[in-house]
Order: sequence, then C-alpha cells, then structure tokens
Amino acid sequence: MLARSATDLLRDLSVRKLSSVELTQAYLDQIKLYDGQVKAFLHVDPAAALARAKEIDDRRAAGKPMGKLGGLPVAIKDVICTKGQKTTCGSKMLENFVPPYDATVVKRLKEADAVLIGKTNMDEFAMGGSTENSAFFKTTNPWDKSRVPGGSSGGAAACLAASMAPLSIGTDTGGSIRQPAAFCGVTGLKPTYGRVSRYGLVAFASSLDQIGPMAATAEDAALLLEVLAGHDPLDSTSANIPTPEYTKSLSQPFQGLKLGLVKEHFGPGLDPEVEAAVREAVKVYQSLGATVKDISLPHSKYGIATYYIIAPSEASSNLARYDGVHYGYRTDEKQMLAELAAERKSLEAKQDEKGLKNLDTALIRLYRKTRAEGFGPEVKRRIMLGTYALSAGYADKYYLQALKVRRLIRSDYDAAFQEVDFIIGPTAPNPPFKIGEKSGDPLAMYLEDLYTVTANLAGIAGISIPCGLTSGKTTGSPLPIGLQIQARPFDEDRLLRAAAMFQRGTDWHTKRPNL
Amino acid sequence: MPHSYDLIVGLEVHVQLQTKSKLFCRCSTKFGGPPNTQTCPVCIGMPGSLPVMNREAFRLGLKTAIALNCEIPQFTKWDRKQYYYPDLPKGYQISQYDLPMSQNGWLEISDPKKEFAAKRIGIIRAHLEEDAGKSLHDEEHGKADTRIDLNRTGTPLLEIVSAPDMRSTKEARVYLTQLRLMLLYLGVSDCNMQEGSLRVDANVNIHIQGPSGKIATPIVEVKNLNSFRHVERALAYEAKRQYDVWEETGRTIKDYPKQTRGWDDAAGTTLPQREKEESADYRYFPDPDLVPVITPKAEVEEVRSGLVELPAAIRSRLEKTYGISDYDSDVIVLQGLPFVAYFEEVAKLSGDGKKASNWVTQELLRILNDQSITLEQFPLTAPQLANLVKLVAGGEIEITRAKEVFNDMVANRRDAAAAMSALGIAKVDSSELENICKELVAANPKIVADVKAGKQQAIGALLGQAKKRNPNANPNEVRRICLELIAKMP
Amino acid sequence: MSLTRADVEKVSLLGRLRLGDAELDTMTEQMGRIVGYIEQLGELSTDNVQPMAHAQEMHNVFADDALGASLPRDAALANAPKKDAECYRVPAVLGE
Repeated sequence: MLARSATDLLRDLSVRKLSSVELTQAYLDQIKLYDGQVKAFLHVDPAAALARAKEIDDRRAAGKPMGKLGGLPVAIKDVICTKGQKTTCGSKMLENFVPPYDATVVKRLKEADAVLIGKTNMDEFAMGGSTENSAFFKTTNPWDKSRVPGGSSGGAAACLAASMAPLSIGTDTGGSIRQPAAFCGVTGLKPTYGRVSRYGLVAFASSLDQIGPMAATAEDAALLLEVLAGHDPLDSTSANIPTPEYTKSLSQPFQGLKLGLVKEHFGPGLDPEVEAAVREAVKVYQSLGATVKDISLPHSKYGIATYYIIAPSEASSNLARYDGVHYGYRTDEKQMLAELAAERKSLEAKQDEKGLKNLDTALIRLYRKTRAEGFGPEVKRRIMLGTYALSAGYADKYYLQALKVRRLIRSDYDAAFQEVDFIIGPTAPNPPFKIGEKSGDPLAMYLEDLYTVTANLAGIAGISIPCGLTSGKTTGSPLPIGLQIQARPFDEDRLLRAAAMFQRGTDWHTKRPNL
Repeated sequence: MPHSYDLIVGLEVHVQLQTKSKLFCRCSTKFGGPPNTQTCPVCIGMPGSLPVMNREAFRLGLKTAIALNCEIPQFTKWDRKQYYYPDLPKGYQISQYDLPMSQNGWLEISDPKKEFAAKRIGIIRAHLEEDAGKSLHDEEHGKADTRIDLNRTGTPLLEIVSAPDMRSTKEARVYLTQLRLMLLYLGVSDCNMQEGSLRVDANVNIHIQGPSGKIATPIVEVKNLNSFRHVERALAYEAKRQYDVWEETGRTIKDYPKQTRGWDDAAGTTLPQREKEESADYRYFPDPDLVPVITPKAEVEEVRSGLVELPAAIRSRLEKTYGISDYDSDVIVLQGLPFVAYFEEVAKLSGDGKKASNWVTQELLRILNDQSITLEQFPLTAPQLANLVKLVAGGEIEITRAKEVFNDMVANRRDAAAAMSALGIAKVDSSELENICKELVAANPKIVADVKAGKQQAIGALLGQAKKRNPNANPNEVRRICLELIAKMP
Repeated sequence: MSLTRADVEKVSLLGRLRLGDAELDTMTEQMGRIVGYIEQLGELSTDNVQPMAHAQEMHNVFADDALGASLPRDAALANAPKKDAECYRVPAVLGE
C-alpha cells in the first residue's frame, strides 16, 4: 500500500475501499519502524493524526462533501506555522515556539481534508543543503544512511523516499525543495514566486522563499499544488491570478515541445554519472518528440555570488526578531548579568577606559548572548555575511550590485524562454554526499546550489524529477539523480505536464530504497 | 564682547494618521487599551507573519503631502530601518528611505502680531512608516525590569521633515501651530500630543557672526519635546548652550558630528543621549514583503481637487468676505472648522461681519474658556446669536445691555426676545423718548447753558437721569435728541 | 584579504552576535573566503541596470482599513521567555 502514489490512494479513499484511519496508521507504523534511522520527523502526534483521519472518515461515511485531499496524510516542513503545534525551524532559538496561528497553506491543507502527519526536519531556518544544520539531529538519506538527504527540506524528501508519507510540503529559497528531491529520488516543485502564499512560512529570504509540493510523482505534486496555490490577501507578494486545475491538464500531450540545454550547466564540477543520466533523460524527451537545443544563460555563473549576497542580507534582517524578548530562546539572564559585572570590574581594575566605553549594556549583551547561543554556526555565518553586505560603505558594492546582477539573470531567462519552452539540466552537480563531507567548508557547500539558485533569483518555476541512479561503483550503493526542468513564471501547469510526460516514459520515480 | 548669532531650526514631526486599524495589520489603533491587548502575529513580528499596507493610511498620507504642496513621485517603496530595541519586535521598522512617497513641499507661516514676515518653510519630505511600541521604565531607575507594551506597534505615522528654515523659537512655534491646524482641518490626525499622536524632534544649531565670517555650530537633534512650549524652551536653551560651548571649545559643524540630546523640562536643560558608535548604521534595504506603490498623476489631481479648504485660504477669505482683521481671522481659524462655520453663519444672518467677529472672538470664546466647554456644548445656535448681533447692529439695543442679554441667553438657554423681555428690555417708543428728553432739558437749565457754552460733555449727566426714568432708554439716542433740542433753543 | 578580524568583530556587534575568540578567527577566515568569492560581481558593469528587489514586479497591494481580531493577551505573550501578566520584560533599559 505504501508504494502506491497519492493519486492512486485517493481513488481508493474516495470509494471507501480504504479508510483514512487505515492509511494514516500504515504510515505511522512505517515511521515507527524506520524513522529511528532516517530521522525525517521532528514531531509526530499519532493520536491527533488518527483522530483527524477518523473525523474525515466519518464525514465521508455520512456523505458530506470532501476536500481535494480527502484523508491523505501530508508531512509539513517545520518552518511552516501550525497553530498550537511546535514550529521550530530546526533551531534551538524556536525549540519551544508554538504559533498562535496557522500558515495559509496549513489552512488550505486542513480545508482540503489532509491529515497532518508530522513536522519534518530541516537545516536551521532553511539555511543549508544537507539537513546537517538542524539543531536537533541529522536526517539521513534513506538510500544510504551514511549520506545526507540534501536540504534544507531534507526531512520532507527523506520521509517520501522512506514511504513514511505520501505527500510532503517543502520550501525552496535556493534549491531547498529540488536538491533534496534529487538526492532522495522524489519529485519536488518550486513554484513561481507568488504562486503559493508565504503567510506563515518563517522567513529565510523573503524575496526568494517559496513553498512547494514534494511527492512521488508529478501527478501527486499537481494534486498537492492545486491545494497550496492561490491568491492570499495576507501576503502582499502573492499573485492575484487564477489557479489552474493542474491535475486536469496533466495528461495532455505536447506538440513540438522545445527544450533548452544550458551549456554553462555542463562545465567542470559536474559529476560524470549525473551528466550521463541527464543526457539520457534528454534522449527520452527526444524520443517523445521534443526538440532540444543548446542555449546560454551568460550570467548564471554569477548566480551563487548574487544569491549569497541577497539571501544572507534578507536573512540578517528577517532573523533580527530572534532577540530573546518576544518569543523563543533567551540566555540565562542572571548568569549574563554576573558575567557582565565581572568584566566591568576587571576593566575598572585595569583602568581600561576604552574597554569600559565599549562594554555591552545589559540589553545588548542579552541580545548578543541569546543569539550566540540560540543560532547554529551556519545561521550565524549568514547573519554576519548579510549584516556586512548591507552595512554602511558596503551596501552599494555588494547588496545593490547583487540586485542589479539579479536583473541580468532574470533577463537571461526571459531571452532563453523566447527560444524554448523549458530549460532542462541537472538539479545538483553530484549525487548525495557523505554526512560531514562538506560541513567544514561553507563555500564548497554553497557551490552545490549552482543550478538551482538562479530560478529563485529570477522568480521562475522549477521542478526536480528522478532521472537515474548511480551505478554504485564509486558510491557504494545506488543513489538517485535528479533532472531539473525550469519554466516561465506561472507556467507550472505545463511544467507539471512535461514532468508527467517523462514519468509516463520512465520508471525512475517508482524506485524506492531498501530500508 | 559676545557675537551675534542666528538660530537655525528644522523640525521632524511624527503624526499618527487617523485610521481604525494599524498600518500593516487589522489591530485597533485606539489609545489607552490595557497593555498587549491590541496585537496580532503581524504587529508583534511573529515568525511567518507578513505585512499588508493599509489603503486608508496611504490615502491620508497622500492627502497631507498634497496639502503640504509636496511633489508626489509616481513610484514609492518601503524599506527596513534596522536597529535593535525591545519595543521594536521585528528588529526593524518599516519606513521609507531613498524614495519617499512625497518631497519638496512647503508650508506658509505668518504672524498676525507681525513679529516676523510671512515665509515659506520648506518640507523636505513626508513619508509613511510604522510606530514602535512602548517601554514602561521602572520608577526607580535600574531597579526592576523594563516592561514592554506593543499595543502601539505598527500604528501608522507620517514623518514630516522640514527644511532648516526657521530662524527663531517663535517661528518654530508658529510652524508647529500651523502644521497642526492643517492636519486637523484635513482630518488626518487628532494631533493629540498627550497621547503621542503628534511628536516633535528638533534639529538645531546656530550661525555665529564671527570676526571672519559665519561659523556654524555642530547640529544637535533634540528629543523628548512633549509640547510646543517644550520646543520653544528647548530651542532657546540649546541656542545659548551651543554658543557657550563654541566660546569655550571653538567646535564647529566641520569637526563634530550631529549629536542627540534629550530635553529635560523640569530641569530646563538638554542632556546628551547615550549612543553607540554603530547605532547610526540602519542598513536600510527595500522590504521584500511589501510591494511598491505607483500613484498616477491623475490620482494626485483627484486628491488635490477633493481637498478641504485649508486654514490659510480660509483666513484670507474671511478677511475679504467679512472685512475682518487678520488678527480676528487668525483667532477664528485657530478654533477649528466648526467654529469657522459658526462664525460665518452668524456673520451672514446678522449682516454685519465685523460685529459678528467681535461677538464670537470675545463673548463666545470667553464663555467657552470660562466654562471649559466646546462649541458643540455652547447653548446658543448661530441663528440665535445672529439675531442678537442684528439687534445691536440696528441700534435696537445698546451694547452693555446686549451683553446682559447675551449672558442671560447663555445662562437660561433662550433666544434674545425671551431674554430681553425677562430683563424688561424693550425698545422705548420714540415719542416717549422725546418726551423724556424735553422734560430733562427743561429741568436742567444749567446743563443747557454749559452745553451752549461749548461744554458738550455736560450732556452726560442727562443720560444717567434718562436711564432712571426708563432703563431701556438708549443713551446714544438720548444724547442725540437732547443735543438737537438744546440747539433749537434760543 | 581585506576583511579583518576587527571588521568581523564590528559586524558581530551590528548583528547582535557574541563571538568567542576562536569563533571570531574561524568567522574571519570563512567570511574572508566567501567575500573573496562574491567580489566577482564587481567585474560586471551594471551602470544602466535597474536593481531587482522583488522576484515579481507587482505594485499597489492594499488592505481595507477594517478592524480585525487581535490575539488574546495570554496568546500574544505565550511564547515570551520573560513576562508578567501584562507585559514582556527585559533588563532595565537606561537611556539606550
């Protein structure tokens, strides 16, 4: 049962061949069996999930109208606010944070009769590409538990790969849905900026963040996006345009599909097995009637530099609110005051006037210690980078210049989409790496996002679908490889069709690891 | 020998816009609620929450900016001004940095007492931003925690920044008075300083006439100015202090950065406010959670044409239409729009603008002040007062008696006729008056002789006697008739 | 590298982080390399390029000025690390 697609399961649910309680229980059992090793979930509340499933079953039995997800369990990344339930963002800072409100997507999921099965692990505040930056524990890749599941939506992807949920919600600021989807062998869509409301998504970089569906197949992702998408008056950046019925158009064939292959994406640093799998995927499309041409995104090589200015700049501002006053962690105040008094005394003894003048006030020290203790190293690094990039004397050189290059990157895409319908290429330059392999080298980790960040900068849509497995010769066990397809803004409809077309011609999306 | 100097003042005024809900969420802006009862995830910056701009706040800001003769750029955006303070829950204030919603305007100020010539005070910019919360400090400094109330957080403010165009404490006060009046007429704010709806910071320095040219002292921003009187006092104090410091240290604007000082009204001094070296680095950048606003020219013109008549225009219209003095028009306009309307009704119905002006600016205002009531609570309608003014203007009743009538009308809430009959005031029939005068002239040959000899003032004694015979005898009439009778005598 | 330890220390105050000695060293080294990498944007001439602060070009998004529900006070204060029945609490703030 757990190997079946959500769409398939929904069919059985709707004719009462299967109850939501049975289905939810099956996933809870799977979580109980395997999450000790995978560690995809931060919080699971079996009783609440089952009660909700029962309530849905009862309503269905009574012939009442059903929402689109009619009793399907959905896992939610722990960066999305759930009323009355902890939302930690993978951070010690928010370890005990309980939002008094639901994110708009959570509201929509509830209205669609989803069963919220649990909250998934992630890199702290969605900053990272391996889920190693969670303050609580590292999620492993179900295909090889010595490897990372990708990130930051690592828990969201791993729970799908380990069949612990049929549907999962991720967020993507620079590749955080697509890269873990690639690493775990599932389908992950980053919608166009503005397609899905950000209200209730704890911000990392507000102009880049987007919530999206993760699932086994493009068809399941379409089902979930139909529920998530739509205008929200609570989010000023939410697009006020109608939401297509993605599931309806999914099987329509394409005539004269034109695909672009970005020549900059096939340079040094691309793993040969990944390249081979992607080129094979291109052939699949050609065999289905698509034409493929080489294109150039000349400014894509500046993507990482641009992203690692804009994202940390916005993050440094978005994370200023975690100061130990209104919510979240606060340092031990007594100890802090005692320390400060001791420092003052020692400076006074030394008659160090400058030191005394520069000594933090109690309030500033409260902030600094709270933040030093509440945030992990990657978050601190980005706060530092962003603070620096926005500071007096550097803002024009870094931040403003990055905003301008961002426009050049978007213009490249606009030009490319004049010539082709979609841009295809690898999602990540390599298969999942070993836990700890890159954690000492932040810059190396940042370069992992090479192929994904430009879609966020430009605000366009992108999807990652499974397109192969490594042979296992160099990696030990076979590992998933992801194909990224990028589309024009608000073209998710056709993007999902293109992905579904590939999945009708291949079976990579059906592969699951031995747990 | 002290040098002469000029005071240079620019004012930053924060005014709370009169909206029901906050700038970015739908919590109430009402003043005085119990602490932390008017907040929501958005205004307390709870993780995940997002702002959406209040349409009415933008409209009120636009209206004010247009009334202040500002240019309205087509494109404006909001930026984050970043600093840490416990009453600023997001760690940044949503404000406007390089592209404010309005700029380059002016407000004309003039002084009816003619202490300075009418002039235009430049408005550098007026921009829309959110307010912070309130820190409740412990009475005994440092003994207990500071408590934070976020009810006010996110209240819409318009920051109006003037050019340093004011040259005296008086000009600063008049600017503030005129600005406040305009805001009240526009209906964009209640301008209540006690409740913090209008707040003032002053940028001040002095230009000293030195032996070899003008010397500017370092600019000081004075905060904690809680009334217009505080502003005047603080500016006067700062001017002297800056002069003394210059004499002592020779420091000028070139070698000393802008500092912030707080006004201590009880002590009558300004004190330096603690500032960290890095505190001025606000790291402004465009708020990615809000989208820009584009205001087409046509919309600006629409707002402009829909503006109410502003105080300056009303003043000159009252002077022209009713022939009243600029001093009186100033007094009337200062009282607010309902007062202006009241005056105009009295003036029109009575047919005598000048007299109407005298009555409202003297008698009516006296009652309002003495009884501490508002115009709405004043018992007489404009037609009632107009009726009395008309009687006075027509010579039907003499001024001292008219004031008695007025007091009775107010005290007993009745119209002029009722008051007059209660007071036994009736117009004396002209033949009766003539008879009284004839008797008086006949009975007072000495006075007649005095008058004939040129001592006109001798007639005064007859007026008193006339009043005894009939209290309603109009002294002016008595004087006129008696003089005529005496002139006819051989 | 142009980024010094003193620069990093100053930024840590601006960003309200307290970094220990060892952390400052690591941060200086790592930030130095990252800043060195992002410097490459300087090679692009962008004089006539409009900055792009938003992913989609939208404008004039407003809400009507209508009162909505506020949070009950205990819900608003529920997540505060230090509070009393009415307010959030911080160490005494004096003239800061």
